Amino acid sequence: MARWGMVIDLDRCTACQACVVACQVENNVPPPGAEQAESGRAISWLRLVPFQHAEQGRQPELSLVPLPCLHCDHPPCTKVCPVKATQVGEDGLVAQVYPRCIGCRYCTTACPYTVRHFNWDRPEWPEPMEQALSPDVSVRPRGVVEKCSFCHHRLQRAKDQARAEGRPLREGDYVPACVETCPAEAMSFGDLDDPGSSVARLSQSPRAFRLLEDLGTEPKVIYLSKGEWGGEV
Amino acid sequence: MERFELGEDVRLLRPMQQTGRRFWTLVAVLLAIWLWGMFAWITQLRHGLAVTGLNVPVYWGLYITNFVFFIGISHAGTLISAILRLANAEWRRSITRAAEVITVLVLFFGVGCVLLDLGRPDRALNVIRHGNFTSPLLWDVASITTYLAASTIYLYLPLIPDIAILRDHIPGRRWFYRILALGWTGTPKQRRLLNIAIAAMAVIVIPIAVSVHTVVSWVFAMTVQPMWHSTIFGPYFVVGAIFSGIAAIIIAMAVIRKAYHLEDYLKPIHFNNLGILLLVMALLWFYFTFAEFLTTYYGAEPTHMTIFLSKVEGAFSPLFWTMVFTCFVIPFVLLANHVTRGKIWGVVAASISVEFGMWLERFLIVVPSLSHPRLPLTAAAYAPSWVEWSLFAAFVAMFILLYAVFTKLFPIVSIWEVHEGRELSVKEVVQRVESYLPSSPEPSHD
Repeated sequence: MARWGMVIDLDRCTACQACVVACQVENNVPPPGAEQAESGRAISWLRLVPFQHAEQGRQPELSLVPLPCLHCDHPPCTKVCPVKATQVGEDGLVAQVYPRCIGCRYCTTACPYTVRHFNWDRPEWPEPMEQALSPDVSVRPRGVVEKCSFCHHRLQRAKDQARAEGRPLREGDYVPACVETCPAEAMSFGDLDDPGSSVARLSQSPRAFRLLEDLGTEPKVIYLSKGEWGGEV
Repeated sequence: MERFELGEDVRLLRPMQQTGRRFWTLVAVLLAIWLWGMFAWITQLRHGLAVTGLNVPVYWGLYITNFVFFIGISHAGTLISAILRLANAEWRRSITRAAEVITVLVLFFGVGCVLLDLGRPDRALNVIRHGNFTSPLLWDVASITTYLAASTIYLYLPLIPDIAILRDHIPGRRWFYRILALGWTGTPKQRRLLNIAIAAMAVIVIPIAVSVHTVVSWVFAMTVQPMWHSTIFGPYFVVGAIFSGIAAIIIAMAVIRKAYHLEDYLKPIHFNNLGILLLVMALLWFYFTFAEFLTTYYGAEPTHMTIFLSKVEGAFSPLFWTMVFTCFVIPFVLLANHVTRGKIWGVVAASISVEFGMWLERFLIVVPSLSHPRLPLTAAAYAPSWVEWSLFAAFVAMFILLYAVFTKLFPIVSIWEVHEGRELSVKEVVQRVESYLPSSPEPSHD
């Protein structure tokens, strides 16, 4: 069983937000209206979050960090769900079961990374964008919680493909939309348990760190950076 | 079986026999508020939780605050009445019923608040179909359901002899009371069984009540969120619940006393005694709050300090200091002083202050911790919308309405228990006090 993880090299990231757009399109996340953005209800599975960042011998500066769901090995969100609508599923992915979710938002409050989103409104797309929805991803109804799935539908497609060709899954068969899009090649994706994979190698880098590591959530998104990160902006 | 002699207690039947214009005015006003609330609810059903003031990261607001608040008030009745019964506190006799009714009624509104908060209320039964027992919300479901069942039984048992009295004295609704009286005639066997059942329920209900507010606190404390993740939360919430519960009983008693002229039954001494209990809870509440905040301050973990400072000197500080003032300073001054505690208005004023302050306390637990997420996200401030306020008002109104209707169907002061107090307790208390004293030595005959 694989343990899918992502590595984001912040020293390469240009904060261009191509990953953000790719994610929105891939996963049928509606573009937020001005009203939603203002009331703090914009849904985005992958956001750029401003962090304080200091490199040796330089003034601290503001840098933007791409933040998807971190798919923790010990997620604080899954155990508080009263109806098992979010679970650690196949290959360590933290899944969300939309038809079962009752919208109590306990998982959103329990997640220390605030990466879970609630559908305050019925999703809407401006014309003609609603004709370009991805058929692989269900559109979420109002009242349920959603979040980054690591493009789980791509894993299923890759597995089907591999099965049809009668071969095991190879590195690169399954890559989320954000990773595929990143023009700076700052993001990589793969099986953290496979010692030969690039993510396993990169996660051992002296530049590697994870967000809020001391909470013991064991996130499967690993960041790389030379400098010091963190703190309030 | 002989007819129960009501004597002067016939006064307690009056609210059930005659209903004046004032009562119907009250009903009309409360129904109007409720209908307004239903309009707000329909608005929310049509447009979803977008009509609330909630946002990212403040995913919980007024509904959850009210949930904790209402469940807290539910500790009024059953718990206080059970403790007073078990402690043989004779002054309890005329106040237990008024307290127990609060518990049973307010629990429905506590549960209602959670249903209001759901994004998909139509799927609420998933908690039974797909229940996940690692979730503290499921613990709540289990514990509150048990509490509702136990406190309903505990309200009903001591009602049975009174319902039999009503059956025999109020001809108009005889069929109704006959069914509920379960054939009570007051035989010695029936009395013995009833006393055993009441005593057993009083014992059973205490741990259930403690569990209820403990698990309500654990909804917050089990997460890793700053100023929620605290071991003190279980007992802190139980103390707060009993605190706001006692205040609720006092307010209810004052209203009943005035409305139904029960000055002979609800005397200043009752208010004084409950006032002392309220004072003790105010001190305990202060102790817990102080311990919680000092520990956070001294440890000075940055994520915790952000929340701490937002309460003590930041955006939430006006609410925070109002809470300290209304939960501690006002009740302490009014209740520690025997002059104001001896006055009914003094105890009632302290109770209203406590009720207000405890609501703020719940709000200040729920909202600030969510307002400052660990990661530097752009945070939006939370201001409850008209829908949330309207539904809060509607719930309070409906609670008062159901309480008022109860007083029109059943005696709000337990007739048989007051009667029993007159007949038996005076003797019993004398004997009890004598049993505490050293026995005088037998004169010797040499």
